Amino acid sequence: MAAFKNAKQLADHRKKVVASRPENRKAIAVCAGTGCKAFGSYKLLDAFKKELKKRKLDRKVELRATGCHGFCERGPLVLFFPEGMLYQRVQVKDVEEIVKQTVVKEKVIDRLLYQDPTTGKKHKKEEDIPFYKHQARLVLKNNGLIDPTSIDDYIRIGGYNSLVKALGMGPEKVLKEVKAAKLRGRGGAGFPAGIKWETCRNTESDKRYVICNADEGDPGAFMDRSVLEGNPHSVVEGMLIGAYAIGADEGYVYVRQEYPLAVERLEIALDAARKQGLLGKNILGSGFGFDIHINRGGGAFVCGEESALIASIEGHRGVPKRRPPYPAVCGLWGKPTNINNVETWANVPPIIDRGAKWFASIGTQGSTGTKIFSLVGKVNNTGLVEVPMGMTLREIVFDIGGGIPGGKKFKAVQTGGPSGGCLPEKKLDVPVDFDTLLREGAMMGSGGMIVMDEDTCMVDLAKYFLRFLKFESCGNCTSCRDGLMRLHELLVDIAAGRGTEATIDLVEELAQVVRDTSLCALGSTAANPVLSTLRYFRDEYEAHVLKKRCPAGVCKELITFRIDPKTCNGCTLCRVRCPQEAVVGKKGQVHKIIQKKCIKCGICKDVCNQDAVIVE
Amino acid sequence: MSTAIAKQAHAVLKNHPRDEPSALVNVLHDIQDEFRYLPEEALRLASEHLQISTAQVFGVASFFKGFHLKPRGEHICTVCMGTACHVRGAPRLLEQAERDLGISSGQTTPDLQFTIEEVNCVGACALGPLVIVDGEYNGNMTPHRLTKLVNKIQKKKGK
Repeated sequence: MAAFKNAKQLADHRKKVVASRPENRKAIAVCAGTGCKAFGSYKLLDAFKKELKKRKLDRKVELRATGCHGFCERGPLVLFFPEGMLYQRVQVKDVEEIVKQTVVKEKVIDRLLYQDPTTGKKHKKEEDIPFYKHQARLVLKNNGLIDPTSIDDYIRIGGYNSLVKALGMGPEKVLKEVKAAKLRGRGGAGFPAGIKWETCRNTESDKRYVICNADEGDPGAFMDRSVLEGNPHSVVEGMLIGAYAIGADEGYVYVRQEYPLAVERLEIALDAARKQGLLGKNILGSGFGFDIHINRGGGAFVCGEESALIASIEGHRGVPKRRPPYPAVCGLWGKPTNINNVETWANVPPIIDRGAKWFASIGTQGSTGTKIFSLVGKVNNTGLVEVPMGMTLREIVFDIGGGIPGGKKFKAVQTGGPSGGCLPEKKLDVPVDFDTLLREGAMMGSGGMIVMDEDTCMVDLAKYFLRFLKFESCGNCTSCRDGLMRLHELLVDIAAGRGTEATIDLVEELAQVVRDTSLCALGSTAANPVLSTLRYFRDEYEAHVLKKRCPAGVCKELITFRIDPKTCNGCTLCRVRCPQEAVVGKKGQVHKIIQKKCIKCGICKDVCNQDAVIVE
Repeated sequence: MSTAIAKQAHAVLKNHPRDEPSALVNVLHDIQDEFRYLPEEALRLASEHLQISTAQVFGVASFFKGFHLKPRGEHICTVCMGTACHVRGAPRLLEQAERDLGISSGQTTPDLQFTIEEVNCVGACALGPLVIVDGEYNGNMTPHRLTKLVNKIQKKKGK
């Protein structure tokens, strides 16, 4: 296929692709995102391929490996077109029956449908499932529909049409549109993208760069990974439009090394776009030229900070610089550079396609559009959800997420990763947008939403984040490098029951110093997990220091395991599995834990069928 | 300069343009893919190739968590320590791996068979807690299943 020389050739090609694959054609779409892949979706694809071939259906029914659908909890997911029916937890052994019944006879296999655990109702279509019903999918919309390795799939659904439109509008008008849409950066701070673009464009220079920040370092967030894996061309198109508006001719995508599949899919997408003349010189005959390089990260959280990221691309250690000057004025190799993250770039094509007015009508006044959250932790429906800004936490956690598993009690939701904070039950009706979250002591961050139940200890969680941040501090500022180390030590003391009330006060004081005196966002927000848990869960801290108790039963030094003689039936399972031989007892008789030997690994509690192991 | 390492390193470096500092992290990844760690000799060659000081190369190599300056085991057991995995019990998995293999996180068994590593998050949070063994993602892990998995690999080796 030759490169498109102008917009008409692209449009003609689209017509051809659409005609070759009519809407009512049968297709099977197997999710091949990282989650479903781990559940065996590649084996499933092979099985479908074989089965279709065996029945000589391989030319009639299209088999597609798509990006992440978001509902990772129920993977592997398989969608059937044109009906849009969803099967979940599909296994290789189901394939023959599926082809025979569902594909050939168009019969539904009941057991593979999603069943709502609360109502018991079964749902056929993806859009009827509560997990999807309450979402507004703008960026993730096409993830389940297209094969991310096929540029034709993207072109078929209107891909690169926004680029054509932008090239016709001229850079100023494109910029005006993005500004009017009030698009805010989805990477954390929520800075208005249009203003950043404008600053970069207005800085006098012979060269400008655009960068896509795909160093999604917040543990517990994976929307950028899913967008890159599932719809890489949407990011490429967004960057193209941005580069055109800003006047840049070179771009970088900085991807975490922990996301090998995203790198692979992006490489394929870039190659295809180059071959089709959508990257390179004189794109679609417009005179505008642009190309993109991929840079892999090395596993440093701080490289999500833009000046550290730039240092890393330049071949240096990822240490942040003082700002201003901001990268939009003086960035990569000293040139004006515009950095946005994956989700922000992926929002650009729909804005150009449907207009700023439409985009700004979604969400709230201050935070327009949608936001993708990764809803994870102690929640029934884990996965990626995309909702309009301003939805309440309660709607996200309970209506979409289906609440807490095992009938446990909700305790808190942690948003914004290590820079964010925890919000308790009484804040569940807070609308989720950039400004409200900040006001409540948390932050949007890149959209991680970790749900915690009564079994999560908030002191342990704060300790966890500080351990994380202490290792990830680049070491530049004393307050961050040493302050976080000391803070972590203090929390270890509290968790071990060695703390006093004075320790809590010291933690609070030190946290404020680290916040106020560190250069970059890593240090200045590092105290958030401590300060927000102290703000809402001070009683838990106090239980650790005053009563020497861990109410959630997590902190090892403060808990003991014992076997309830009334419930133990002497099945020996715990005795056999205990790695320390700390459990004694004969078959059929009540077992006992020898406390001296017990290392509190919790295996006995895991394996007990009778729920006889008690943690106190 | 020796030999086998230099030869392999040259083969890796020739895929990257000379005098291009921005390729450093990518080059380090490729070297590590080849050797499972970053041998000093290969780092010196990389510094020559890209025309950046050995100090800078070493600085970058030691800065990033993803790079290893010591030889690693043939099998890498990576425990995800992301927040979602943490609240679902990742620390217990790490302890189990440490007990089973008799080494601490970050260490390699003396026979160079296993290395235990931690990763901050691999973005497969819905499957947590998660352990990656030799690139395979094992979701919803329990300490007991992890032991079985490790035993299986050790047995295979024994045969």
